[in-house]
Amino acid sequence: MAAPPRRLLFALLSGILFVASLATLAEAIYEDQVGLADWHQKYIGKVKQAVYHSQKSGRRRVVVLTEENVISSLDLRSGDIFWRHVIDKNDPLDHLSLSLGKYVLTLSSGGTILRAWNLPDGQMIWETHLQTSTTSKPLLHVMSNNKVAKDNLVLISSGRWIYAVSSIDGAILWEKEFSLDGLEIKQVLQSPENDVVYAVGIAGSSKLALYHLSAKTGEILKDIQETLPGGLSGEIALGSDNVLVALNKARSSLFLIEFKSERISYNKVHVSDLVQDLSGTFKLQSLSNGVIALQTSSTVSLLKLKDIDGLEVVQRFDQPAAVSDALTISEKDEAFAVIQHVGSQIEFIVKFTSDVSIEFIREMVNIDQHRGNVEKVFLNSYIRTDKTHGFRALVVMEDHSLLLIQQGKVVWSREDGLASIVDVTTSELPVEKDGVSVADVEHNLFEWLKGHMLKLKGTLMLANADEVAAIQALRLKSSEKNKMTRDHNGFRKLLIVLTKAGKVIALHTGDGRIIWSNLLPSLRASRFDGKPSALRIYPWQVPHHSVMRENPSVLVVGKSGAESSAPGVFSVLDSYSGEERNSMRLDHSVAQIIPLTLKDLSEQRLHLIVDSNSNAHLYPKSPSALNVFLHEMSNLYFYSVDIQTNVIRGYSLQKLCDINGDEYCFSTKELWSIVFPSDSERIAISETRKMNEVVHTQAKIIGDHDVMYKYLSKNLVFVATVSPKAAGDIGSALPEEASLVAYLIDAVTGRILHRVTHHGAQGPVHAVLSENWVVYHYFNLRAHRFEMAVIEIYDQSRADNKDVMKLILGKHNLSAPITSYARPEVVVKSQSYFFTHSVKAMAVTQTAKGITSKQLLIGTIGDQVLALDKRYLDPRRSANPTQQEKEEGIIPLTDSLPIIPQSFVTHSHQVEALRGIVSIPAKLESTTLVFTYGVDLFYTQLAPSRTYDSLTDEFSYALLLITIAVLVAAIIVTWIWSEKKELRDKWRLYLCNHLTTKPICCELTLLKPYRKATYAIINSGHETKELSSSNSSFHKAYLVLKVL
Amino acid sequence: MEKGKGLARRWAVELHDASSSSSSSPAVPDPPGFTRSAPDADDAAGARQRKDSEASWKAQKAWEVAQSPFKNLMMMGFMMWMAGSTVHLFSIGITFSALWQPISALRSVGKVFEPFKDPRVDTIAPKLLFIALNLAAMGLGVWKLNTLGLLPTNPSDWVSSLAPAPEVEYAGGGIPLI
Repeated sequence: MAAPPRRLLFALLSGILFVASLATLAEAIYEDQVGLADWHQKYIGKVKQAVYHSQKSGRRRVVVLTEENVISSLDLRSGDIFWRHVIDKNDPLDHLSLSLGKYVLTLSSGGTILRAWNLPDGQMIWETHLQTSTTSKPLLHVMSNNKVAKDNLVLISSGRWIYAVSSIDGAILWEKEFSLDGLEIKQVLQSPENDVVYAVGIAGSSKLALYHLSAKTGEILKDIQETLPGGLSGEIALGSDNVLVALNKARSSLFLIEFKSERISYNKVHVSDLVQDLSGTFKLQSLSNGVIALQTSSTVSLLKLKDIDGLEVVQRFDQPAAVSDALTISEKDEAFAVIQHVGSQIEFIVKFTSDVSIEFIREMVNIDQHRGNVEKVFLNSYIRTDKTHGFRALVVMEDHSLLLIQQGKVVWSREDGLASIVDVTTSELPVEKDGVSVADVEHNLFEWLKGHMLKLKGTLMLANADEVAAIQALRLKSSEKNKMTRDHNGFRKLLIVLTKAGKVIALHTGDGRIIWSNLLPSLRASRFDGKPSALRIYPWQVPHHSVMRENPSVLVVGKSGAESSAPGVFSVLDSYSGEERNSMRLDHSVAQIIPLTLKDLSEQRLHLIVDSNSNAHLYPKSPSALNVFLHEMSNLYFYSVDIQTNVIRGYSLQKLCDINGDEYCFSTKELWSIVFPSDSERIAISETRKMNEVVHTQAKIIGDHDVMYKYLSKNLVFVATVSPKAAGDIGSALPEEASLVAYLIDAVTGRILHRVTHHGAQGPVHAVLSENWVVYHYFNLRAHRFEMAVIEIYDQSRADNKDVMKLILGKHNLSAPITSYARPEVVVKSQSYFFTHSVKAMAVTQTAKGITSKQLLIGTIGDQVLALDKRYLDPRRSANPTQQEKEEGIIPLTDSLPIIPQSFVTHSHQVEALRGIVSIPAKLESTTLVFTYGVDLFYTQLAPSRTYDSLTDEFSYALLLITIAVLVAAIIVTWIWSEKKELRDKWRLYLCNHLTTKPICCELTLLKPYRKATYAIINSGHETKELSSSNSSFHKAYLVLKVL
Repeated sequence: MEKGKGLARRWAVELHDASSSSSSSPAVPDPPGFTRSAPDADDAAGARQRKDSEASWKAQKAWEVAQSPFKNLMMMGFMMWMAGSTVHLFSIGITFSALWQPISALRSVGKVFEPFKDPRVDTIAPKLLFIALNLAAMGLGVWKLNTLGLLPTNPSDWVSSLAPAPEVEYAGGGIPLI
């Protein structure tokens, strides 16, 4: 429905709206409206491997593999994406390599899938499936300059397996499974002559195995095994052509192993002799020519191998630094880059492995402060015009951004942290200052008029091709939408996103540009194993209009470790500038964050943090917050859905806490629990209403003027369970074994309001709960189709409020506060429909007042967002609706939900790897802002019932002005006419009164030719010249007059 | 312009403005055979009889005027039946004119009966009838308004914008963050 069926004066309006909405069940935009209100940004994620095109190809491109499972070809000049493939999450990419200079090889799914992609355009050439054990870390080695075969061999090893695959067509040339138990191959090398392949593996914890294989056939030429005392940790690097460096199990010493001779001989070097700081992680990186980089958590050391005898430290970088792989420059020499932080700058150093002490390049590069440390470096060289070598490097920063450094400058940067958004919130922009005049923004009147004349031309289809292009450009660059101030309609906002790297970025809704970004120091300091765990972002302080001087702020909650008991981290950021106002390390863990609707005196929102011991901690820690909270505490509850144990528990809060002296800590008491039988049910999803959802009315009016009262409770929780057998993929269970149970639970009392079982149904379940309904999506095994079901819940205990007089006089209890302990009677209506797509995410549109009808936003498997009218999911639909129901707008029931191509809000774009959809209400009731994130970002404005409360951008003001001008002209003209007519009438009256011969005279005076004459008659008696000069008809009249 | 028509008009005009014509244009001579003194020659009885007949005529006219809304009422009823019970421009127009006509008639009830004002004529009863019929017509309009669903007579009209009742308790939570 376009509008609620209000009567009275709204009836006409709503009728029109309703008709308008009926006519446009599928709301779509025109081709030229693309990009006006929406934007789409493409990202790739944090780069983990990169390979450059060979110089000969002449193309300056780089192919990268990222942690978001994306392979992409980037332009080295600009950082733009040439092509990109987002691979599904359950097929993780492990390795990337180039072969024959024209293929990109990727190894994925633990070494079981090898694919070749065409380098220029990214088309897939071939794909080979390999049989390996997927638990071990696979290796990919492309043999260079193979003289044995015409093409380059690709060697893949994983666990005990080693495969040789032709890089031309992907055919498996030979395969070898080693017989040694528990063997894991760690290194695959080739001999300089390319006829022997060396495979180094570790079996168990201490046994080192070395195999010499024929590159042609794969047969084992030599097989050497050696047990090393003290065991191995698995960290192995190639020191030089014939020496391996391996870390022992205790991580205290390094083995230097010579492996190419007849026997394995080794030597032991204590790490403590090389580096002092041994805590944290250890990484060995081989750089050829006997140079090894040893990375610990704080330092990087360059080690030079002195054959098997020992290692010496050549150089140490005490600042955070990163080392690139070696890059072959000439026959003998290889270069590598080290980037280290020096103050606020970074230092880009290029060295040759032949002589590590010489620095070929040392450049200082200024970089943005909010990028953190350098994590990875990928070095590339190019030939300058003077035939010398130039170097450039791709640098991956801590915030996942990618920079290209060349000649001491950052050539381009990509903010790829945005590919891994964890949570989103919004903030209003500052109010426009009085000092800013409108003229500054609107250029000048002439420009404004010119623009509108162009638009008018377009509307009237008078514009030529150039003008059409000009109109389009004008609309796209419309400065109005990109201003940094609050607008009347509430379209301009800041989208504040929290990324996986712990970076908070504010995007402008107008064009998606980054307003500020901050890599949170508090989250960085608490990094654990290189993985900061940013959890959530919430609005913290939204100052009321009266205290506008203060800026709003957001709260970021993080964790200082991966395990559940790790203490939490709080950080409060200014929404306008991104500066950290304060941060604190919590002395407890964070299991649940419950934002409350309460605020303290400084308008900070109250948040309850529940730790892993089920103690609740109140934030902010201010006395006024405590006051407000204690007042409401008896009515506050929380619940916890434990997926592992299959239990939902509800708790109340109590004053005392185990921690002495902390008055902001509250203990909890378990009130109720729902234990699901673990042999038949397993919790799949729990969903609740959005905190910020606004509901306009509690009544639903149906066709025959009857009222149904919605059960509107913020404490309603939807929980779906699936049978454990059907918890796997679709097809893994029989329809008889699978069932899905949907529950509606009151979170205060634990009362199950409704329970329904879908036999033969299984997950994945996606659900969205809004107002008094829940829509969920699942797979129906019997019908072999996806289904969507809707449950609407109504409050039966209020249903008898039907006395009009009482309602008029306000003597009803409909506005009285309700409590869950009243146990209201509920009735439930439900229905289900087939749905074609599988779903990645689901959301519902939110508007400012909740009057506008709702649309479901469905992220489909094709990474698009479909807007589906809620009216399609109405349990009151029937195959043959009555006239009344039709009037109400009920759509006749069909077995499946229609997918109207025009209702894809993402139109031609794809939001790769879509993960979340957020709907933010604008100030304008008809409009909601939709932000969709995955690897890509997409933002648009939606009007589920069309923009009934505003003029569209396309509205031609010039046409309106012209219309007004025409109307004014018409008024003036008709006024003149009416004046003239009045004069004539006066004349007639005058004549009629002066001539006794009234009837004829009156008739005659109506005719213009006679008027003058008659006037003359009266003025000068009966004998005037004008009389004689009159025509015959006048004579007739004259005769008549004479007669009388 | 035909001669016959003109003559007929003249006739009618003369009759109507008999009293004023002589005063406004004394220059025009009376037509041949017309004697102005003829009515003055009437005796008193004749005058009273004439006045009586005029009074009865006025009373009759007043009753006629009083009954005139009935015709209107029937016509309106027919129009409403034709308009149907769905809300659209035509039915809205009909209904509002059905409401407006009686109201405007009631406002000008004094003016309508002005010509029949006579101390010997009782215009109260016709006036009452006139008012009653107009009220009936208005009632019809209101009834139509109701059938169109434009009157707030259903509970739905009073609760449609009733905000949700506040809740006493609040429960937050969900699946714990791992």
